[in-house]
Amino acid sequence: MNEQKKVNKTRRNLVVATSVVGGAAGVGAAVPFVASMWPSDRARAAGAPVEVDLTKIAPGEMQIIEWRGKPVWVIKRTKEMLASLKASESRLADPGSKASEQPKYAQNEHRSQQPELMVMEGVCTHLGCSPQLKSAEAKGEMGGDWVGGFYCPCHGSKFDYAGRVFRGAPAPTNLKVPPYTVQADKLVIGEDEQTKGA
Amino acid sequence: MRTLLATILLLPSLALAAAGYRLDKSPHDPRDLVSLQSGARTYMNYCLGCHGLQFMRYEGLKDLGLNEAQIREHLMFTGEKVGDPIRIAFNPKEAKAWFGVAPPDLSVIARSRGADWLYTYLRTFYRDPKTPTGWNNAVFPNVGMPHALWTMQGERALEVAKDSHGHMQYKWSELSKGTQAPAEYDATVRDLVNFLVHVGEPNGVKRRPIGIIVLFVLSVLFIFAWLLKREYWKDVK
Amino acid sequence: MVARALNGLWQWFDSRMPSVRQEWVKHAAGYYAPKNFNFWYFFGSLALLVLVIQIVSGIFLTMNYKPDANLAFGSVEYIMRDVPGGWIIRYIHSTGASAFFVVVYLHMFRALLYGSHKEPRELVWIFGVLIYLTLMGEAFFGYLLPWGQMSYWGAQVIVNLFGTVPLIGPDLALWIRGDYVVSDATLNRFFALHVIALPLVLLGLVVAHLLALHDVGSNNPDGVDIKKLKGPDGHALDGIPFHPYYTVKDLLGAVVFLAIFAFVMFFVPEMGGYFLEYNNFIPADPLKTPEHIAPVWYFTPFYSILRAVPPLFNSQFPGVLAMGVATVILFFLPWLDRSPVRSIRYRGPQYKIWLTIFVIVFLVLGYLGTAPTTVWGQFPDWPFLDTRDVATWVARICTVLYFLFFFLMPWYTARDRVLPVPERVSYHH
Repeated sequence: MNEQKKVNKTRRNLVVATSVVGGAAGVGAAVPFVASMWPSDRARAAGAPVEVDLTKIAPGEMQIIEWRGKPVWVIKRTKEMLASLKASESRLADPGSKASEQPKYAQNEHRSQQPELMVMEGVCTHLGCSPQLKSAEAKGEMGGDWVGGFYCPCHGSKFDYAGRVFRGAPAPTNLKVPPYTVQADKLVIGEDEQTKGA
Repeated sequence: MRTLLATILLLPSLALAAAGYRLDKSPHDPRDLVSLQSGARTYMNYCLGCHGLQFMRYEGLKDLGLNEAQIREHLMFTGEKVGDPIRIAFNPKEAKAWFGVAPPDLSVIARSRGADWLYTYLRTFYRDPKTPTGWNNAVFPNVGMPHALWTMQGERALEVAKDSHGHMQYKWSELSKGTQAPAEYDATVRDLVNFLVHVGEPNGVKRRPIGIIVLFVLSVLFIFAWLLKREYWKDVK
Repeated sequence: MVARALNGLWQWFDSRMPSVRQEWVKHAAGYYAPKNFNFWYFFGSLALLVLVIQIVSGIFLTMNYKPDANLAFGSVEYIMRDVPGGWIIRYIHSTGASAFFVVVYLHMFRALLYGSHKEPRELVWIFGVLIYLTLMGEAFFGYLLPWGQMSYWGAQVIVNLFGTVPLIGPDLALWIRGDYVVSDATLNRFFALHVIALPLVLLGLVVAHLLALHDVGSNNPDGVDIKKLKGPDGHALDGIPFHPYYTVKDLLGAVVFLAIFAFVMFFVPEMGGYFLEYNNFIPADPLKTPEHIAPVWYFTPFYSILRAVPPLFNSQFPGVLAMGVATVILFFLPWLDRSPVRSIRYRGPQYKIWLTIFVIVFLVLGYLGTAPTTVWGQFPDWPFLDTRDVATWVARICTVLYFLFFFLMPWYTARDRVLPVPERVSYHH
């Protein structure tokens, strides 16, 4: 009986050992297959940073630039637009941008490196629609206390000129700010000191 | 002199139809990064004018041991991004009109022609007044391509004759000097071929080391599978 | 504790779907196979392994491949360069295609050695030949997909063969192509056939092949019917349960196979131009035929036969017919083979000689099919020769011998001396 037990033990050990090595080989074999589903060089190249010529944007004007398949809003904010940020502060859900996604240099009142230049993703943080620009003149449709900003037509979320979301909107957080660098008149969306070479 | 030249030059175009020029073995070393970089530079300076490498990205040149700044400075000339594929500037239809056939993209030329053929081809151009370009080639008779590297190799003439055994005898003679001595030119071509082989299969250098690891793992697995089989088959009498 | 939980889970499952355990018993743990399987018996399980490998690698290739005449070639290079690990997946699939045929040819040869095609396994053999033909179709459709010069012109030539069929030929070729020449339309439909239609057919046929086998039981190198002698437990005296004995042995076979596979894949994936042809790295050009078109190596024996037959009555169809008969004749093997014994071990010299001739002839035809007909030079200018190529004449002789192997078989297998077949299999540790 002891012989049989020993044989069984040997067999079990061998089965375990072979399974472990076989399992390791199997995981190794799976690596290229799993890896192949990550973004390819072509996808990464298409996702490369985009350059914008800032001399082509007038003050008060907004340009929509495509980066990584998303619309990025580049706005040269006027003094009035910046003033409106203070005016709407009491009605905001997250004026300090504590819950939203932005680089460190955009965690301030104007959510940007320089107050005059706003760079943010035009994608509503609720379910991904792209909101519309509604200036201060749109008081008629937006309500008497509207000082200017953005309105999402899908479910009614409202954002100010710094992309900060108003209370009572279905959108949970402020609009996302991408990494960006400004050199004189050139804006590079998608790249800053942190993300260089990513 | 001119008649002599003409006679010499006339012979090859008649004789070469039947001949198969023997290929030289390409001496390139796929692990020599300096050689690869030199080949890349030759390519960008002399070949990219007509031949694209559309399946290769500039970024891929990092495999040659270059960083992005070096690629931008030495190997990229127009306003492209480093992630872009290496394409030529002009329209293939225009090229066909100029050369009779559109210069092919060379991304995988090393895999279809082979390194030895490329190494020999780039070193066996000769002057031939009967062709539209004024050039002909020993391994690729009546090729539509002129000798893009002639400033380095200089001009040569080829005389072909059948010997008593019916074999072709090739006699090369120098018509003008190039900027490189023959040994130096051979090295330039070797590096260019090295580069083309690399571009043909950029992952080629990874293949062998990974293969060795895989074979090692399988040998370990073999040992256990063998012991397992032997153990169970003890039962069978 | 984990073991008890797992066991509980299994009990829950098994009480609701007992057929899983029952099938496991029927086809593995309780399937008694002869104990004397040798080297030639590895190739069935290896064929199944290669099928799985091709399906998995094929799925991942399809994630990035573009079945469009303008994009196909580029998409393969995209997989080789830009897709992380894509080159590994590509080489797995290209090596696997050739490996499939190596394994299948050796598997079929085993049948010829041990009479596995004979009664009561004729149906197993027939399903097998159907699998072989489907595999040839699968490989043919797949080969067009990279859209290289060989892909394009190989497809053009083969589809034109269908065009030689009398009466319906030209319309048939047009219908297969979906266009007047091989084009994007052809590529798209070959993609559908290669990725979905034929794999499903293959899977179905493999299941049928295995079920038919298990219903009658496996043959063995001695050709002995093990079910004739049963032990007190009701199982064949010379039988052992497939699991664990053959699962463990086939695992070992698989590891050795994978090592050879890995060696080819990582060190010589092109295999001198036989597994990945050099000309196929040139994008398809409908205006320029390559100097030398040859099918991939696993089709070359039949291609040789096609080329060896000269045009008769102003038609190329006789050659096509010969090639067709050369494949279809395989179906009839169980009825052509009139030997009273199964295994070559107990057959006489005639079968051994003919089988040897067959193998040599098959290999020679295979080699000749890869080369131009001028490969072995010319005969002198004799008046009765329609062609002076030595290789063509050798191919003709080989073709005749190939057919004689089958057509004379009823005669030489019936007349052949046989040795008495033992009651028990020969098995030594």
